[in-house]
Amino acid sequence: MLRDITLGQYYPADSVIHKLDPRVKLVGTLVYIVSLFLFKGPVGFLVITAFLALSIKLSKVPFLYMVKGLKAIMILMIITALFNLFLTPGETPIFTLGPLKMYPEGVKTAIFMLIRLSYLIVGTSVMTLTTTPNQLTDGLEKGLMPLSVIGVPVHAIAMMMSIALRFIPILIEETDLIMKAQMARGADFETGGIIKKAKNMVPLLVPLFVSAFRRADDLAMAMEARCYTGGKGRTKMKPLKYSGNDARAYLLTFVFLAVVIVLRIYNL
Amino acid sequence: MSIILDHVNYTYSSGTAYEIQALKDINIQIEDGQFIGIIGHTGSGKSTLIQHMNGLVKATSGAIYFNGQDIYDEDFDLRNLRTKVGLVFQYPEHQLFETTIFDDVSFGPKNQGLTKDEAGLRAFEALKMVGLDESLYYQSPFDLSGGQKRRVAIAGVLAMRPEMIILDEPTAGLDPKGRDEILDLISKMHDEKNITIVLVSHSMEDVAKYVQRIIVMNDGSVMFDDCPSEVFKHYKELEAAGLAAPQVTYLMHELKERGIDVDTEATTVEEAKRSILKALC
Repeated sequence: MLRDITLGQYYPADSVIHKLDPRVKLVGTLVYIVSLFLFKGPVGFLVITAFLALSIKLSKVPFLYMVKGLKAIMILMIITALFNLFLTPGETPIFTLGPLKMYPEGVKTAIFMLIRLSYLIVGTSVMTLTTTPNQLTDGLEKGLMPLSVIGVPVHAIAMMMSIALRFIPILIEETDLIMKAQMARGADFETGGIIKKAKNMVPLLVPLFVSAFRRADDLAMAMEARCYTGGKGRTKMKPLKYSGNDARAYLLTFVFLAVVIVLRIYNL
Repeated sequence: MSIILDHVNYTYSSGTAYEIQALKDINIQIEDGQFIGIIGHTGSGKSTLIQHMNGLVKATSGAIYFNGQDIYDEDFDLRNLRTKVGLVFQYPEHQLFETTIFDDVSFGPKNQGLTKDEAGLRAFEALKMVGLDESLYYQSPFDLSGGQKRRVAIAGVLAMRPEMIILDEPTAGLDPKGRDEILDLISKMHDEKNITIVLVSHSMEDVAKYVQRIIVMNDGSVMFDDCPSEVFKHYKELEAAGLAAPQVTYLMHELKERGIDVDTEATTVEEAKRSILKALC
């Protein structure tokens, strides 16, 4: 049941996208997100769709796997759509329900919002599905290194992130296990109202927190035992290096961004 | 009480890159009062198998019958099944959560819908059974030692008065003394309360000493299902499956090869001693 969360789970495959430098993928995702909020018309939408479709195709990750992440934000999407439908002001209402009025402008923003949200999830899934958490934080660390000059603890942040990411699947598995263990003792996590459900979570949350602290403690001990002292003077086993494909990917990304900007200027 | 697994298959994460067939065509029948050991190396499907027995995991295909009733029927009460077939997970001490040991053990009986008094009575009875000192009952379970915590967790399942208890690696991570205590406790539950026991382990020694029947799991299927002495005859095949017969078995075969007429079916140190003395005298 809990295994079905895809957001932030790596899908192993042998593809061009998998082999790209994580920095390229990070920048690409950033550009992609910016472009999602830049486009205004159908042509821009087509260009973004083409870009997304190309990345999905190249990544060799099954399409269904990517859309799975959408399930998690279904309710958010519905609420956003409803708010936009009825609360966007316009001139001539096309539909009235009591105090609620729907304008053509509302329909348009609602559709745009839905596209943006779903594209956002699917697009970022391309990155998280093709990049291991370790690569991702490596990329972040290297990409943000210039900031350490002005005193930002880049290495510490990257280390915290990679530890946090590393623990997500472990904690999911642990949750699954404790849930089953309590269900074996007759616990009920499904029925009842909100308050009862929240109360029923206690037998799950207490052991989960206890184990999270225990794991954190063990990890800190293990790191210290291996003489971990932070980022200073620390070298990488696999330092990041750009290759030809990375350069081409950068080029493609920035051409894409330029096209989206031009399209926005002309309102297409 | 009986549990029948009929052509049970189970596939993890089916339809994804992580697809694994954990169980392949399992047919097992468990009768009342048996003491069964399930053995297999890591990843052989032991844990998945036992989670089917109380309906925590639903088989991909196949059927499971509890007292002749199909547990996947719409109107079958799975929660009731779980109180009859108690399951003690690996490292059960990690599931403790209450402020006192007594409350934690009462959790199961309370979920069965018993009154506070009745639940308390059962908790008391279970704690007594596992042999925890009475002065500890109202302390936090988090202050106990590892072995004590484990006994409290077992009491938590025992307090539901199940007809059958499945224990997944109950001795993992315990020292030899703690291990013997837990195993003696389990055999006491079987002898005194007549509870059907399924003991999952990868230690042949543990299993050989207590159980009447061994189910050997290998790569998701049942490799052997017989009494210990029969199963250990196949010690060469067991080795190939990443397991080993008890050391006694090796010793007896070695002695036999060297021309001493001993009984190679001996599975415990006690039996071996008798057989060797008999052969030598």
